[in-house]
Amino acid sequence: MFEQIIITIATAATPLLIAAIGELVVERSGVLNLGVEGMMIMGAVAGFAAAFTTGSPWLGLAAAICAGALFSLLFAFLTLTLVTNQVATGLALTLLGLGLSGMLGETFTGQPGVKLPLIYIPVLTELPLVGRLLFGQDPVFYLSLLLTGAVAWFLFRTRAGLTLRSVGDNHGSAHALGINVIRIRYLAVMFGGACAGAAGGYLSLLYTTQWIESMTAGRGWIALALVVFASWRPWRVLAGAYLFGAVSIGQLHAQALGIKIPSQFLSALPYLATIVVLVLISRNRRLTMINTPASLGRPFVPDR
Amino acid sequence: MKKSLLSIAAAAAVLSLGTFAAEAKVKACFVYVGPIGDFGWTYQHHQGALEMQEALGGESEVELAYLESVPEGADAERAIERFARSGCNIIFTTSFGYMDATNAVAGKFPDIKFEHATGYKREHPNVSTYNSRFHEGRYVQGVIAASISEAGVAGYIASFPIPEVVMGINAFVLGAQSVNPDFKVKVVWANTWFDPGKEADAAKALIDQGVDVITQHTDSTAPMQVAAERGIKAFGQASDMIKFGPETQLTSIIDDWGHYYTERVKAVIDGTWEQVDVWEGMAEEHVVMAEYTNMPDDVKAKAADIEAKIKSGEFDPFTGPVNKQDGSAWLAEGEVAEAGVLLGMNFYVEGVDDQLPQ
Repeated sequence: MFEQIIITIATAATPLLIAAIGELVVERSGVLNLGVEGMMIMGAVAGFAAAFTTGSPWLGLAAAICAGALFSLLFAFLTLTLVTNQVATGLALTLLGLGLSGMLGETFTGQPGVKLPLIYIPVLTELPLVGRLLFGQDPVFYLSLLLTGAVAWFLFRTRAGLTLRSVGDNHGSAHALGINVIRIRYLAVMFGGACAGAAGGYLSLLYTTQWIESMTAGRGWIALALVVFASWRPWRVLAGAYLFGAVSIGQLHAQALGIKIPSQFLSALPYLATIVVLVLISRNRRLTMINTPASLGRPFVPDR
Repeated sequence: MKKSLLSIAAAAAVLSLGTFAAEAKVKACFVYVGPIGDFGWTYQHHQGALEMQEALGGESEVELAYLESVPEGADAERAIERFARSGCNIIFTTSFGYMDATNAVAGKFPDIKFEHATGYKREHPNVSTYNSRFHEGRYVQGVIAASISEAGVAGYIASFPIPEVVMGINAFVLGAQSVNPDFKVKVVWANTWFDPGKEADAAKALIDQGVDVITQHTDSTAPMQVAAERGIKAFGQASDMIKFGPETQLTSIIDDWGHYYTERVKAVIDGTWEQVDVWEGMAEEHVVMAEYTNMPDDVKAKAADIEAKIKSGEFDPFTGPVNKQDGSAWLAEGEVAEAGVLLGMNFYVEGVDDQLPQ
C-alpha cells in the first residue's frame, strides 16, 4: 500500500513538474507565458489523437511535445515579434487552447486510449520494497527528474544558461552586449511549450488514458504558481510539485480512512500549503528580488 | 486567479455565441456545468437536448444554444442573464449550484421560462424544477456491491455534500445493507464535479485502502478506468461507460433527459407551459440501468428483481425501519420517506462510515 501511495504521488506530481520546469525556463528568459493550461491541453489532445491513430503511445508523446511547442510559437510570434501584451496574449492562448482542443478532440471523446507502458527491468523491478519505486515507474517520471537536473545544470552551470538568465534580468544590457534577445526568448518559449505539451500528453496517455475536454482541470495554473513558489529555482520546483502531489493524495487517503476533518478543509490543503510556503519565502525580500527575473513580462523592442 | 479566468472564459463563450437569426419557432438554451464531452452528466444533458431538437422537427423548428463549463455561483447569473437577453424562450440550467442564479434571473424576465435541474427553489411562476430519482439506481447498485464484494467494503467518490449526493450515498448504503448488514462504505469527497485526474486519484486511494467495488458521483470516466487497471469492479455514472471497463462495469445509472426536454419545449411552442416540480425515476424511464454485466447470474437476477419492484412502485428504497447515523429513529417500520425530506437531505443513515461535511 505504501509503495502504491508513493507511486500515486509521483504520478500526480510529474505533469506539474514538467510543465513548471518549462515555464521556469520561459520566465527566466524574461517572458511571462500564462498560456500553460492551453499548451498543456493541446498536448493532451494531440498526444491522444496520435497514439489512438497510430497505436503507439511513444508517437503520441512525441506529438504532444510538438503540439505544445507549435502552439507556443503562436504566443512567441505575437508577444516577441508583434510585441503584444504578454499577460493578455497568454490568457488568450489558454482560452484558445481549451476551445480548439475541444473541437479537435470531439471524435476522440469516449474512446479508450493507448497507455504508455511502465518500465520493467528484470530482477531490479522485482526487488522487494524499492523495486517498483525505483525501477518500475513510467518512463516520463524518470524523464521529469532528468529534465529538472538538466535545466538546473543548464541555467547555472553553462554559458548558454548564463546568457538566458541575463536576457531575463536585463534585456537592454544583453542586447547591448550583442546577444540576440528575441532569438533566445523564442527558443525559451518553445521549450516551455514543449514541456507543457509533454505534461498534457502525460495526462491523456498515462494519468487518465483517455481524452476528455478540459481534462487538464487547472493543472496549468498550478504549474504557473509552482514557478513563483519555487522562486525560479529548478530543484525547488521539484520539491513544490511533490509537496503539492503529496498533500493532494494524502488528503484523499485521510478521507478514505475516515479521519474526522472536514473534507472541504482537506481539499483546500494543497493550496493552503502553497500559500504558507509562499509567505515564508517572500519574508526575505532581498532573496526574492535576487531570484526574480528583473525583466519578467516587460516587452522588448530592440533599438537600431 | 483561476476563478476569474473562468469567468472571462464564460463571458467570452457567451459573446461568441452571437445570434443565428434562423426562423425557428422557439429558442431553447442550456447552461452546462461541464464540457459536453465529459461522457457523464453534461454529455447526457446534451444528448437529451439534441434528442429534443430532433423530435420537434430539427433546426428549422427549434434553435438550440448552449454554454459549457459555466462555474456555479455568481458567474452563472451573468451567463444565464446573457442567455435571457439573447432571445431564449426557455432556459435549462443543469446543475444544483445554479439554483439561486436561475431564480434571480427568472425574476427579471417573467416572459422567459426557466427550468432548473436538481434544485428545489421555485421563487417565480416561470421557474420549474426537474430531477430524476437517481437514488433508485443507487439502491440497486448497493445490492449488487454487497453481493459481489469479497472485502465487504465499497468506495464512494462523492462530489459536493448537497442533498442529491447525500441521498445517493444513503440509498447505496441501504441497498448494500439489505444484503449484508455489516457492509461498509468509504466515502471520499472530491469537491469537484469534473477533474479526471483527481477522480482517478480518489479511486486509487480507495483501492489502496482495500475496497473492491467503486461507485462515483462525479462526472468523468477516470474512476472506471482506474478500477479496470487495478482489476476491481465499478459502476458507471450518468452514461453507459462500458467501453472504459468492458470487464469492470457492473452497471451504470443512465440519465435520460430527452423526453422531458421534448415535452417541456413542446409546451412552450404550444403555449401550455406551466410551472412544475418533476421528480421521476425508473418507472418513467428517466433513470435507466445499463445492462448488468461482470457479475454472477444470481446477482443479476437479484438486481433485476429489485429494479422491477422499484419500477412497479412495489418498493421504495427509503422504506423504514431506517435510523439516522447517530442511531436515532428516522423512518418507522413500513414508513416511506417524504419527497420533501429527501430533496433537502442533509444527514446520513445509520451505517455510513463518514462524517458529513456541513
